[in-house]
Order: sequence, then structure tokens, then C-alpha cells
Amino acid sequence: MHATDHLKEAERLMTVCNSCRYCEGLCAVFPAMEMRRSFADGDLSYLANLCHNCGACHVDCQFAPPHEFDVNVPKTLAQVRADSYRAYAWPKAFQPLFDRNGLAISIIASLSIAGFILGFVVWHDPLVLTSGSGQFYRLMPHTVMAGLFGAVALYALLALAMGFRNFWTAIGANSVSAGSGTTLWQATKDAAGLRYLDGGGVGCYNEDEKPTDNRRLYHHLTFYGFLLCFAATTTGTVYHYVLDWPAPYGWTDLPKLFGIPGGIGLVVGPLGLLRAKLKREPEMVDRAKFGMDTAFLAMMFMTGLTGLALMVLRETPAMGIMLAIHLGVVFALFLTMPYGKFVHGFYRFGALALYAAERKAERSAKPGIPAS
Amino acid sequence: MQAPPNEVDVLVVGGGNAALCAAIAARRDGASVLVVEGAPKFYRGGNTRHTRNMRCAHDTATEHLTGPYTEAEFWDDLLRVTEGNTDEGLARFMIVQSKEMLTWIAEQGVRFQPSLGGTLSLGRTNSFFLGGGRAMLNALYRTAEELGVSVLYDAPVIGLDIDNGRFRSATIRMDGADHTVRAKALVVAAGGFEANIEWLKEGWGEPAENFLIRGTPYNRGDVLKMLLDSGVEAIGDPTQCHAVAIDARAPKFDGGIITRLDCVVFGIVVNKNAERFYDEGEDFWPKRYAIWGRLVAAQPEQIAYIVFDAKSLKMFMPSLFPPIEADCITGLANKLGLPVEAFEMTVSGFNAAVRQGSFDHTELDDCRTEGLTPPKSHWACPIDTAPFYAYPVRPGITFTYLGTRVDRDARMQMADGGASGNMFAAGEIMAGNVLGKGYAAGIGMTIGSVFGRIAGERAAKHARD
Ligand SMILES: Cc1cc2nc3c(=O)[nH]c(=O)nc-3n(C[C@H](O)[C@H](O)[C@H](O)COP(=O)(O)OP(=O)(O)OC[C@H]3O[C@@H](n4cnc5c(N)ncnc54)[C@H](O)[C@@H]3O)c2cc1C
Ligand code: SF4
Ligand code: SF4
Repeated sequence: MHATDHLKEAERLMTVCNSCRYCEGLCAVFPAMEMRRSFADGDLSYLANLCHNCGACHVDCQFAPPHEFDVNVPKTLAQVRADSYRAYAWPKAFQPLFDRNGLAISIIASLSIAGFILGFVVWHDPLVLTSGSGQFYRLMPHTVMAGLFGAVALYALLALAMGFRNFWTAIGANSVSAGSGTTLWQATKDAAGLRYLDGGGVGCYNEDEKPTDNRRLYHHLTFYGFLLCFAATTTGTVYHYVLDWPAPYGWTDLPKLFGIPGGIGLVVGPLGLLRAKLKREPEMVDRAKFGMDTAFLAMMFMTGLTGLALMVLRETPAMGIMLAIHLGVVFALFLTMPYGKFVHGFYRFGALALYAAERKAERSAKPGIPAS
Repeated sequence: MQAPPNEVDVLVVGGGNAALCAAIAARRDGASVLVVEGAPKFYRGGNTRHTRNMRCAHDTATEHLTGPYTEAEFWDDLLRVTEGNTDEGLARFMIVQSKEMLTWIAEQGVRFQPSLGGTLSLGRTNSFFLGGGRAMLNALYRTAEELGVSVLYDAPVIGLDIDNGRFRSATIRMDGADHTVRAKALVVAAGGFEANIEWLKEGWGEPAENFLIRGTPYNRGDVLKMLLDSGVEAIGDPTQCHAVAIDARAPKFDGGIITRLDCVVFGIVVNKNAERFYDEGEDFWPKRYAIWGRLVAAQPEQIAYIVFDAKSLKMFMPSLFPPIEADCITGLANKLGLPVEAFEMTVSGFNAAVRQGSFDHTELDDCRTEGLTPPKSHWACPIDTAPFYAYPVRPGITFTYLGTRVDRDARMQMADGGASGNMFAAGEIMAGNVLGKGYAAGIGMTIGSVFGRIAGERAAKHARD
């Protein structure tokens, strides 16, 4: 018996799909499903996180609503997926953060920004906020900044790792050695290229039965934008501590070379994804998770936007307040990483690794019986 | 809702594979084309929505097909399944044309994939649609609309004005209002009459009440009837159709592929009197599945039960409904409502007759019965390992064969001789020209695509000249 109605519905659908199999060539979900005859909670979490929500199996399904079989795989798997983020989050005490995730993240982000503004004001003369010197570290000494962000990043990493471990165990990835080098490499390639967001080769289906590739493009902008920003911060830290070369950096230095395109990606990508989300065929959307999804996009967008703004306004009186906002957003981003949509990347990677391992493993002989 | 135009070059009635192939071909040849689909948008393309593959001849293996399937082999298969009940000239012509169809269909945006899990034996002969029939249809509709074909949904044809074998106009009902559309040529691809139980009863009598219809409820044969009433020549026997045994718990209409059961060869099949009535292991399932619809239709109350035991449960593709389960044969008889003693005797009699060899469901093995009527010629294993299982089955009608006679131009023939001036037919509605009886998987789509394309081209030519 399954723990939730979403899981029950997912099991019903997988039974339908397993006797149909028409969508087998569209993505990894259906071949993974075919390797099973029964679906425990962990199996369903696995399949749900394997799904990239491309929508192809919905527009292609002859049993989609209004058909009485009421098959809606993308929506049901989205629900199970979102539930799985909550179920595996660590520590348990923070799992309720997923219940009204949009609200929770907004509150944390506002408090965090307010905290930085207040901190600057309390520690310094309020005038430093508007002094426009271009000197970040007069507002916040670098060691304090690095210490604070190092700590929150470490916490995020720990919580993410613990959550991932819960997920990994639940989907049974331990038992098939999904953590081997080749499977991880395969999963990395599949995740990096968003291989399964292409509706089986033509693009994802969002508004109607005409495929586009917009969501993949915007997701790439967001994801690689995020990585570039991360690289910018890391190189900046290395420059500061290892090379003893403090900011500001020139246009052609690595932190800027990474940071500017990264910031642009983080602004454009989430906007595009949000637009796609608003235009999405309502039937495929899990309304209840709208807050979580948009909060995540908003955090990414804000990180990019405030970072770029800070760079532009650096030499102006607005620098102090901008720095407080940017640091506030980034601090909140780290703090909420394990308790929001951010985890989807890790779980999807884990599911892809298990899938790669299953594909590799000897598959038991299947009966060869057709009929039509 | 968009009102139909008063006049077009080519009017296509129906919205499935045959209709869309005709519409695309006619439009590519320069005609203005209107497609009127009787069903709402979701249900467009009635039975085509439910398909997964088509059978086309090809000389070499391809990316998706495991080996060649020559015209000669295709013809042999067709001859065998129809037992000669086919128009040889037309059938051979279709087979030749089917070769080109693989590329033509792909050019219309349809994508293929290797055979699905559990259908290995069709991997050489049949091309599977990536994403299934609805994906295939979506691609055809996209292409048609890009080319400028107009499509109306919820727009059934309720009347045809035909004068002396010439089509003049059709009456289309939309939102309760009737519209008349004139056209220079007409392509009818409105399917068979399988969803019309009253019509089925004309051939089958009362038993047809117990039939389940596997596909669309919209293929009621209304347009076919209009055509036959207007002097178009009929072809085929009203009781001939593609019928399989499907789960008796399936909905009356549109249950589709997932209610089929592939386990007959692994067990025994009994009727409501708990008697066996046919050799369950006569031949490979792909070669026999299409006879079981008729077999069950001939049983009392058109119901039968496939019975097997725990050994076989995982040997076939799963289906929508779980099997009915019991710990002993008596318990199973009670759950199924079968006469207990008779059922026990049938099972023990069968078990006693089994001569066990080495079981292998991939070949015609030597596990068979001796001294039993009817025999089970292959894959016979005693039903002795609890739990015991059963699926109730009823005849599931896929599509009917009675239709309009056509020639190689897909042109309708008239009952009093000669061909219609401007009326063409494609798909289920003329399948009886090729299929007098029997069926080979994937041929329904071949008939629709080949004759659909030809009908569209000829209709466009007619409109031009
Ligand atoms: C479950 C299932 C699986 C199948 N699998 C396969 C397979 O894998 N391969 C294969 O080759 N064949 C398969 N078939 C058979 C195949 O579906 C048909 O042979 C094929 O789709 C027929 O195409 P068509 O265009 O003639 O008819 P359809 O696709 O049924 O289209 C007929 C259309 O006409 C419309 N119509 C009816 N009356 C009117 C009216 N009065 N006015 C306007 N429109 C009207 C209907 O709404 C319908 O959309 C399957 C059938 C079923 C039921
Ligand atoms: S989503 Fe629909 S078409 Fe696809 S496998 Fe499932 S039931 Fe079949
Ligand atoms: S939405 Fe796309 S990725 Fe998800 S199951 Fe369907 S086809 Fe696969």
C-alpha cells in the first residue's frame, strides 16, 4: 500500500503504461518502468525523478483526459517528484518547509536581506551604505564574508548530501552499484545535455502538441549561468586567499569572465522558464507546487540580477545597499538550497545514474508476444 | 467556432490516418482541402489514435527494422491470413506501394522507432511509431495545417448529395446547425461501422450486444451507409472483422491496446460451462490471436475465461486489469461463477492428458496433450501450482470489413457498374477490398496510408482537370 494518493495514482498509471508501452522511445522513464512489474514507493520516486517533464507522453497518450482512463503521466510524476523532495529532506524537522515553500523561501530571503542591511548599519556608520567607495570589504571584511558564506555553504552541502543519501537508498541505487564510474559518467552526460527533455528528439511540449526546444535552452542558461557564477565566486576566493589578489578584478580576469555571462544566464534563463511555466498546458501543471517552482526561479533570477547590478553600481552611492541585497539573496539561496526545488538537480542525477546502471545490467529476458 | 467554407476542391471526411494522408497528398498537389472530423479534437483520428505500427515491404534492414521483408513475403502472409479472400490485383498493388510509404510517411513528420518491448517478433516486418498512433497523428495534423489544410472538429457529415455516382455536396452538422459544403472531389475515410451495435447485430444477431469495441465510439458507419444507399458497390461480409479476445472488464468503447491479453498459450480457455472449446496451443500467438475474438463470440453469452497458474504469471505482457486469483481450483471456480465440479473435471482432465516435454514458448515445443478433445498442441503444462489465476474475456471488435469497393485509384465503384466520377475511399471503409477475412498486424495502417495518399492525389487531379 502506498503512503500518499499521489503514489497510488502513480502506481495506477505505471500499470496502465506498462501494458501499453507506446511511449517507450520517448525518454528513460518508460524503459525503466518496463524493467518492473510492481512499483514500491521508492520505485515511483525513482521514475518520478527520472522524468524531465517534457510533456511528450501527454500529447501522445490516447488515454489522456477526457478519456476515462485519465492518464496524465507528467502531472502525476511531478506530484510524486515534489513529494519526494520533502520526504527525503534532512533533517526531518525542516521538511515542513516544503509545505508552503514559496512563502517560506520568500520569508527567509527577506529576513536575510534585512539582516545584511541591518548588520552593515549596526557595524558601521549608516553612511557607509551610501558612501560609494567601491570597496566591498570596508562594509564587510573579507574574512567575515568568507567565513559566513563558507559556513552556510557547508551546511547546505551537508543537508543536500544527507537528503541525497536518503533518496539514493530509497530508490535502491545501492543494490545495483549505480555509483560506478561509467554509470556516473553516463548520468553526467545525460544530465548536462538534458537528454530527456527533448520529447524523444523534437523538443518538449509545453503549450500544445507542437514541440519547441525553449525550455531546454532556458534551462541550460539557468544551469550553466549558475555554474559560471559559482566559478566566478570560487576563482575570486582563490585569488584573494591563495594569490593574495583582492577584488576588484578587471574585465578580462577570470571572476569577471565567468561572472558576467553567468549573471546574464541567471537573469535570462529563469525569466524564460517562468514564461514557459505560465504558458504551459494547464492540464500538465501541478498547481500546488507553483510556489516552490517560482520561488526557485525567483531566487536564481535575483542572484543573477543583484550580482550584475552590484557590478554596474559599484562605484555609485547605491553600492552599499546593493551589496547588502546581493549578499542577502545569496545567503538565503544557500540556506534554502536543501529545502526547495534546487534539490531536483541532485535527485534527477541520482535517478539517471541508477538508470544507467540498470541499462547496463543484464536485463532479464522479456516475453516476445505481440498483438494489436 | 469556425464555419465551414461553401466550397473546396477536395472534401475529406474523417480524421484518421487515411483521411490525413489523403488531405496532405491533395494539398501538396495544389488542391484546397477541408477535413471534417466527426469527433471532438481529443478523439480525432478515431482508431488511428490506438495504433502502434504499420506493415510495409522493404528490401533491406533499416535503422528501425531488423531485416528485409520482401513484397513476395508480404503477399504470402496476406494470402495465408485471408485464406485467399482478397482482391489479388489490388492487394499486390498495395504491397508494391507500401514500400514507398515508409519514406513518404516519415516525410510527413512521423517518426519511427524499433519494435516495442514485448513485440520482438514484429521487429522485422512492422515499423513502430515513436510515441504510438496519437504521436503519429499529431505529426500528420501538424504537417497538414502547415500546408494549409483546414480542419473542423465535432463536424460529422450527416448527408451526402450524390447524383448518378457524382458527389455534389455534403451536409455537415456543427453546434446543432447544418452547413452545406460543395466540393469537386470527395474522399471518404470515415472508418468502419464497428461502433454501431445495431448494425453489428444485423450480421451477428443478439450476441453482438456482448461485444466490446476496442476503439473509437465515432466509427458508426453513417457515411458508409449513405454511400451504399446512393448506389456505391459494397464489398465484404458484414460479419467479417478484426476481433480479438479482450478483458471482459474493459469499457464498452475505446479501451484500446491495454485490455488485450496475451496469455492464452500459457493456460486453458473455458466457456461459462467450464468446457474447453479450442486448441490454445495451436500455433504462435501472433499467428492466432486474431481468431479468438470469433471463437469467444461463438460461446454461450460470449464470455470465456483464460485459466493459468503461478508458473505462467510473469511470462506475458501485463495488462490493465489484474487477474482474478484464488488459492485452489474450487475457489477460482467460485470467484468466476463457474460450475465447480465441471471446472474441476476440466482442469484435472487437462492435467492428466498433458505429456510434458521441455517447455519453450519461443518455439513450437513438445509440451502437448494426448487423448484430449480439443487438444492443446504446444506449451501444455499442468495447471497445478497455486495461486491460480483467470482473466474473463469477451470479443473485442477492432474494425469491420464490409465497405465500399474501390479500384487502384481508390475510386469508389458503383453497384450498377462503372466507377464514380469523383468519389474516393481510403482506410477502414474500404479495408474489405484487401481483407476478406483474417488479419496481419499493422496492415490496417498500410491500407489507410497507401490508399489515402492515392485517393488524395487522384482527388486533387480530378479537381484540377
Ligand atoms: C486498439 C487498436 C489497436 C490497433 N493497432 C493497430 C496497429 O498497431 N497497426 C495497424 O495497422 N492497425 C491497428 N489498428 C487498426 C487501425 O486503427 C485502423 O485500421 C486504422 O486506424 C484505420 O484508419 P482510418 O483512417 O481508416 O480510420 P480512423 O482512424 O478510425 O478514422 C476514422 C475517422 O472518421 C471519423 N468519422 C466517423 N464518422 C464520421 C462522420 N459521419 N463524419 C465525419 N467524420 C466521421 C471518426 O471520428 C474517425 O476519426 C488498431 C485498432 C485498434 C482499435
Ligand atoms: S502515457 Fe499513455 S500512451 Fe504513453 S505509455 Fe502511458 S498509457 Fe501508453
Ligand atoms: S513527461 Fe517526458 S520525460 Fe516525463 S515521462 Fe513523459 S515523456 Fe518521459
